[in-house]
Amino acid sequence: MTDPTPTASPPLLAVRGLSKAFLGVQALDGVDFTVRHGEIHALLGENGAGKSTLIKTLTGVYQRDAGTVTLEGRAIAPRGVEEAQRLHIGTVYQEVNLLPNLSVAENLFLGRQPMRFGLVDRGAMRRRARAVLIPYGLSLDVTAPLGRFSVATQQIVAIARAVDMSAKVLILDEPTASLDAQEVAVLFKVMRTLRSRGIGIVFVTHFLDQVYALCDRITVLRNGLLVGERRTAELPRLDLVAMMLGRELEAAAHRIAPPGNDGEEDARPPLVRFRGYGKARSVEPFDLDIRPGEVVGLAGLLGSGRTETARLVFGMDRADRGEAAVDGQAVRLRGPRDAIRLGFGFCPEDRKKEGIVGALSVRENIILALQARQGWLRPIPRRRQEEIADRFIRLLDIRTPHAEQPIQLLSGGNQQKALLARWLATEPRLLILDEPTRGIDVGAHAEIIRLIERLCADGMALLVVSSELEEIVAYSRRVVVLRDRRHVAELRGGEVAVDRIVAAIASEPVPVEPRP
Amino acid sequence: MIHRFLPLLVTSAVLVVGFLLCAAQFPAFASLRVVGNLLTDNAFLGITAVGMTFVILSGGIDLSVGAVIGFTTVLLAVLIEQGGWHPVSAFAVALAVAGGFGAAMGAVIHVFQMPPFIVTLAGMFVARGLGFVLSTDSIPINHPLYAELGDLALRFDGGGKLTLPALLMLGVVAAAVVCAHWTRFGANLYALGGNRQSAELMGVPVGRTTVAVYALSGLLAGLAGIVFSLYTGAGYSLAATGVELDTITAVVIGGTQLTGGYGYVIGTFIGVLIQGLIQTYITFDGSLSSWWTKIAIGVLLFVFILLQKGLLAVWTGRGGAPAEA
Amino acid sequence: MTRPAPGPSRNLPQYGALAAVLLANWLLFPDFFSIRLQDGRLFGSLIDVLNRGAPVALLAIGMTMVIATRGVDLSVGAVMAISGAVAATLTQAGWGLAPVLAASLGAGLLCGLWNGLLVAVLRIQPIIATLILMVAGRGIAQLVTEGQIVTFTSPGLAFIGSGSFLTVPMPVVITAVLLGVTALLVRMTALGLMIEAVGVNQLSSAGAGVNTPVVLVAVYVWCGLCAAVAGLVVAADIRGADANNAGLWLELDAILAVVVGGTSLLGGRFGLLRSVVGALILQAMNTGILLSGFKPEFNLIVKAGVLMVVLLLQSPTLTLFLPRPASPRPIRPPAKPESPSPSAGA
Ligand SMILES: Nc1ncnc2c1ncn2[C@@H]1O[C@H](COP(=O)(O)OP(=O)(O)OP(=O)(O)O)[C@@H](O)[C@H]1O
Ligand SMILES: [Mg+2]
Repeated sequence: MTDPTPTASPPLLAVRGLSKAFLGVQALDGVDFTVRHGEIHALLGENGAGKSTLIKTLTGVYQRDAGTVTLEGRAIAPRGVEEAQRLHIGTVYQEVNLLPNLSVAENLFLGRQPMRFGLVDRGAMRRRARAVLIPYGLSLDVTAPLGRFSVATQQIVAIARAVDMSAKVLILDEPTASLDAQEVAVLFKVMRTLRSRGIGIVFVTHFLDQVYALCDRITVLRNGLLVGERRTAELPRLDLVAMMLGRELEAAAHRIAPPGNDGEEDARPPLVRFRGYGKARSVEPFDLDIRPGEVVGLAGLLGSGRTETARLVFGMDRADRGEAAVDGQAVRLRGPRDAIRLGFGFCPEDRKKEGIVGALSVRENIILALQARQGWLRPIPRRRQEEIADRFIRLLDIRTPHAEQPIQLLSGGNQQKALLARWLATEPRLLILDEPTRGIDVGAHAEIIRLIERLCADGMALLVVSSELEEIVAYSRRVVVLRDRRHVAELRGGEVAVDRIVAAIASEPVPVEPRP
Repeated sequence: MIHRFLPLLVTSAVLVVGFLLCAAQFPAFASLRVVGNLLTDNAFLGITAVGMTFVILSGGIDLSVGAVIGFTTVLLAVLIEQGGWHPVSAFAVALAVAGGFGAAMGAVIHVFQMPPFIVTLAGMFVARGLGFVLSTDSIPINHPLYAELGDLALRFDGGGKLTLPALLMLGVVAAAVVCAHWTRFGANLYALGGNRQSAELMGVPVGRTTVAVYALSGLLAGLAGIVFSLYTGAGYSLAATGVELDTITAVVIGGTQLTGGYGYVIGTFIGVLIQGLIQTYITFDGSLSSWWTKIAIGVLLFVFILLQKGLLAVWTGRGGAPAEA
Repeated sequence: MTRPAPGPSRNLPQYGALAAVLLANWLLFPDFFSIRLQDGRLFGSLIDVLNRGAPVALLAIGMTMVIATRGVDLSVGAVMAISGAVAATLTQAGWGLAPVLAASLGAGLLCGLWNGLLVAVLRIQPIIATLILMVAGRGIAQLVTEGQIVTFTSPGLAFIGSGSFLTVPMPVVITAVLLGVTALLVRMTALGLMIEAVGVNQLSSAGAGVNTPVVLVAVYVWCGLCAAVAGLVVAADIRGADANNAGLWLELDAILAVVVGGTSLLGGRFGLLRSVVGALILQAMNTGILLSGFKPEFNLIVKAGVLMVVLLLQSPTLTLFLPRPASPRPIRPPAKPESPSPSAGA
């Protein structure tokens, strides 16, 4: 795995034989990893492969069990993030946002505030904060609390902070998960600039396009072991996938939804029907029909009202206008409980905050919705709970030592799968998925898409929000496009294509077709 | 901007309205003397509440403060009266002991990952227990310096005066405002209260900050103990029972969230004054039986929290921009 | 950093601590375990621990569930005072036993309902929501007794405090029954799971369809009921109600009992029996200190010291160094990756 061209100077960052075990899990087992000056190095692997653990062990969040780390030839062993930062290693950790209660400027400069006369120079801090954000095209009120901004903005602030601190090494753990294409492009520009300055960048992502667009080298981990290091140019995609999975990936995602003759199908009565449904300051009133066995995609930029639409449909937010009907019967959706009673399920976008129940076991998380629907008086027997949990753990290939593991100890992608299992266990008629494949590796990604296909064949309706247009196109029969909190277009059948969606997002609205 | 200071504005408005209502009923209320006494009578509470605000901002809680005040008064009385110490050296020792005590609790909380509620509850037992061991009786302090310090005051026309305790409290509040908003320590406190895990991943020295904030709270409780002994001229191990709850109430009335990360020292100061106002009103009225007093305080607390919540909801519902999507 | 949740063998510190405290008592006081039967009732130091520990144990049962939802109920001491005051006043006024019990338990339920509504509907932080009743409740109790200490002579009510059933003192019987009923209620239904889920993540639980407001109100109501029972037991024992001092500071003892019992103040997993054991540890300690003839001044310090030891045993930092139970039911052997893919350049 050593660099073929022998160099006199030591590599920027060299990890040798790094091991880290948690209770019952060997998360890293003798991993080697090298980052050179001025390169962008992709760190890839399936969910639970150990990528985040490698990063946290490297930066002193976890203490390693064995192995060495050298920075420019000098052995380092940071005992905490503070120390790693002093070594000029800046990191954006997966899913860890900054502090919502502090202002943008305070978040950017926490721990390294400009001082004057022994006190924090708040004016200088504000000025420098604005300057730091310029390359990202963000001009915002840096004194406003960070929690007031969108997840994407928060993510960019986190990146800006890390970039500003990383004079030597920048580590980004799935930084693009909540960014849209444009924001990703900006980030890539910044990363390229840093690379040209000789900074080494570690980049974790599940988007292979991004890897090939940007990265010089690739290191692949699987189950805590090093699979190998390659130059990106010398590694075809299929081989990369094979390295990650340890097997060949069956045919790539194809267009599942049968295109074509939709007029006929529209005659079927919809499962759910919304008319003039909306909520002030959230989404403009919209009409939406979903038929059994149909996948409806919600596409649009971040903040276009996609997530808000999904939340309204599930009753997570309460609509203040319009009507909803299920099976032709008018219904009121005053909360998730109403929706669940009607056979709806919802995997939220922010799984940590609104999805998982962290300290409870995988089993309890999986049966929670089913149990809640049955009511507290009819407990599901323990044996049955275990059956359900084990079935879905096998079905979705959830990587966990056992069903009693607290779900918070699973890797991000596996938590997502467990959430999916929670709703599948209720055998819903309409499943709403907000970014279902976010943070999910290629293998699981394909599995989830296949699963979606199978569920629809069984007559389940799906409403899917996703930023990945290819993915939406792959499985949606119809796509609703949103812009500025408004449903601007509905594409169906043959119209469902990436360029049509992009056109609808970007240009003046395609005239909304009149409804029957 | 206004959005963020809203709880503070509400609290201040309630203080002003409350004061005007009191003054309308008892004209004697609106005098500098009453205001001066309000500050003096609540000085020890205010000083303690500043420390409590810091602890709560960092996401913790300190139930030991009342006991530390009680212990400090006994320690001072024993050192001065039975040990023959000069009050100033006794003060220094008391402050060091109280600060060290807080630091020890902070260390236990951090190192053993134990809930602050429980650790400081145990701390409360220890501090009261140590007080009992020193003396179970109330010991009067007769040192001449105490009388001098008691007389020290900035006097104004009309009988108003700012006594030493009141000045100390104002000084502590001012220093605390600077500390909260213009030092790294202050920023770290807010960070810790916002989200411990994120703070740790952003490089905040979690351990050091935790120890420091409990040490500070202990130190301020010690200072409050000194003020309390100046005020009462005695040391008693049962002094200041239940003060931890009064301070927590003041902090909450002042708009600081018990979950940490949001709030202002000034709010706490106003919260202390509101509590003092209620007490003063009850003494002025004189006809309320003790149980009605308790019920009245409970009801006021309730109304207060509702008011804060309601105003906040109205404000955010109408004018305030929601989170940018 | 995330930490593993308590495994099944986490009860060990509690039982170990109880055994250790009892053993220490026995060493200090060799007669500690001797029990005799007199007038159809058991007597002895051990029985005394159970009997005197009953009020805090009763409080701890309700408090456990409140804490499991990530709340806390500071008002239980005041609720005890109210229920005692109601019972004593009505008995003195000549009411029968059944209506007195109903009124006094009803008062507790109402108090719990009030707390529950503040927390679940008005979304006030539990510590503050219950602080309101903690302050006002004692005033209400005094209002009921009009500031007097009300005494009564009704043997029926007194039986609850000092009678015995099959030689076992009534407070102990009542505690056991309430513990049993509560355990059945939460463990034979899905309520226990829902309480834990709400405590860990209220938003996620609501999203999964758990009726969070009802769960929250239910635990506070039950906590109020438990406090009312405790208040009755205390009032019946002293045959009177002292609104000023009944249950004073007992809320702190109850919270301590729950935490000593290993239920985290951060909500989630709870153990009812463990909380009762926690209450008994506290009482055994008090009795032990009393018996040992230590100067009473040292009581608090000894108590704090023992507490710290019990709590340290449960500290995540320390348990990391202790052996763990084997993982239950592995689903499949951990998948070993095959050798690195040889297909580069294909
Ligand atoms: N604190 C922890 N305690 C116990 N197990 C852990 C902990 N953190 C991670 N693990 C386990 O270690 C393994 C590696 O997890 P890690 O988060 O590094 O995966 P990852 O490669 O980042 O996956 P993803 O792409 O889903 O983010 C997983 O099996 C996970 O369950
Ligand atoms: Mg990861």
